[in-house]
Amino acid sequence: MAGKTPKLLIVAASAVILLVLVAVLAPWISPYDPLAQDILARLKGPSAAHWLGADQFGRDLLSRLIHGLRASLGISAAAVIVALLIGGTLGLVAAYYRGWTERIVMRCMDVLFAFPVILLAIGVIAMLGPGSGPTAIAIAVVYTPIFARLLRGPALVVAESDFVMNARAIGASDARIIFVHMLPNLASVLLVQTSLLLSAAILVEASLSFLGLGTQPPAPSLGTMLSEGRNVLLLSPWSAVFSGVAILILAFALNLLGDVLRDTLDPRLRGEQ
Amino acid sequence: MNFLRSRALDLAVVLFGVSVLTFLMIRLIPGDAVAIMLGANTEVTPDRVAALRSRIGLDQPVLLQYFSWLGGVLSGDLGVSLWTRRPVSQEIAGHMWPTIQLTVLALIVGAGLSLPLGVLMARLRGKAWDTALRVGSVAGLTIPSFWLGIMMILALTTLAPDWQLLGYVPFSEDPLGNVAKLLLPAVALALPILANLSRLVRSAMLDALQQDYVRTARAKGLSERRILYRHALRNALIPFVTSAGIMTGYLLGGAIVVEQVFAIPGLGRLILGAIAERNYPLVQATILVVTFSFVLVNFVVDLLYVLIDPRVRL
Repeated sequence: MAGKTPKLLIVAASAVILLVLVAVLAPWISPYDPLAQDILARLKGPSAAHWLGADQFGRDLLSRLIHGLRASLGISAAAVIVALLIGGTLGLVAAYYRGWTERIVMRCMDVLFAFPVILLAIGVIAMLGPGSGPTAIAIAVVYTPIFARLLRGPALVVAESDFVMNARAIGASDARIIFVHMLPNLASVLLVQTSLLLSAAILVEASLSFLGLGTQPPAPSLGTMLSEGRNVLLLSPWSAVFSGVAILILAFALNLLGDVLRDTLDPRLRGEQ
Repeated sequence: MNFLRSRALDLAVVLFGVSVLTFLMIRLIPGDAVAIMLGANTEVTPDRVAALRSRIGLDQPVLLQYFSWLGGVLSGDLGVSLWTRRPVSQEIAGHMWPTIQLTVLALIVGAGLSLPLGVLMARLRGKAWDTALRVGSVAGLTIPSFWLGIMMILALTTLAPDWQLLGYVPFSEDPLGNVAKLLLPAVALALPILANLSRLVRSAMLDALQQDYVRTARAKGLSERRILYRHALRNALIPFVTSAGIMTGYLLGGAIVVEQVFAIPGLGRLILGAIAERNYPLVQATILVVTFSFVLVNFVVDLLYVLIDPRVRL
């Protein structure tokens, strides 16, 4: 799309960059140690010393929120990258080779895709035990078939195009055609879907941590904070309110970015879910 | 008929794959699962491990184990809970109704409201509206249901302290009370699908409104209402039904989480309790049963497709 960049894209991209910066710089910008306890501040609301208040152990909520953001974004991003590498490659390979390769790969993906997302993630965690690592693996397993399916469609179109035929005619290797010729043409689809799926992964990670299966206390993650805040909801709602708002902002910014990118980069995809 | 046969074949393959994967889940637990299972109630001795191994068939070849397990599953025998010693199928039957009700209620709320909302949104056109509706629907899509539920509880306990929000009443005991208790969690659960589906309806409606048959209907002098609902919406329904089917899986997963917020004794409580107790047969069976139902629901939705859109009937 020629012309000026849409305003909404700038807003969404800035928000995402800001959130990523906060996550990366967490150890340096958080005002307190997220595990340090200040008994006198227990369950108190926002104040000059603790901008967002403190939790039931007197730990600074803002510091926990910043570190929680880092944990949630880190786990989700690692999971989505792994899913992208494995699932994306499978989708490309299926689209390039067609025939039995495609049938077998896509059937396996169909099977993984058949499980409700949270349930498959719970199953993986049941095998591996709770924790951040298993949560990342669980989310990666859940998103692998989604990336494979998302990339296969557009990759089929690219695989039929003249330049792929030409590359094959001059004797380029299969790997070279797939990764050097086909992949760059799918960059826009990838960018859009990675952004959208990262947003969804944030919500899955928060759900799993909320259920006590993800990041284990005392380490902060947004879902764990929400679950801790829920236990003291009527005494001091701050932890539950702020951690939920943080999950929402993170998921919202990423989803909006993907959504606007979709229209900007590829009008053909408009309106598809 | 061809369509039906190929769909049925797909269904069989997927169900087979799901059963293999669910079966393997227990086999892939690191360490000796039998010792863990045994450790749940008794002291672990080599004799006891060997006895349990042969009782649950772990001393047999994997392939044989799979088929005897599958045979059991197909005849309704999902294994025995390690703790209560009750058949797992009974445990699941005792916990599935709250989850099913919650899912169905959320689907009714979400899908039901999304049609008029989507049609309404299709009338609001222009750059400012496009942006506002986009931001609104993305927000709806990304509000975590479990957080929304907690915020609803917070707001209502402040506004109406006497209202008993949490818990569950069986439908058979008190139908009204049952729906009243489930309505709030259903609304929390439904918001993301409401956002998703109403946006889908809007874009499909905008698409449909540009088609020739709508112009013809206008030319015939039909009322705008009739054009919107009778002619345009019918076409917009096709992607809607598929999405609503996929939403069911989302809702089932979401229900497991939202149940925890509202203290509803459904499958979520069952499976989380089972994980905490390392009650693997129960975890395995719950995943299997829920996934099978989800796959079957989507199969039925695919068939509905044919009813709505005669063009698919090839």
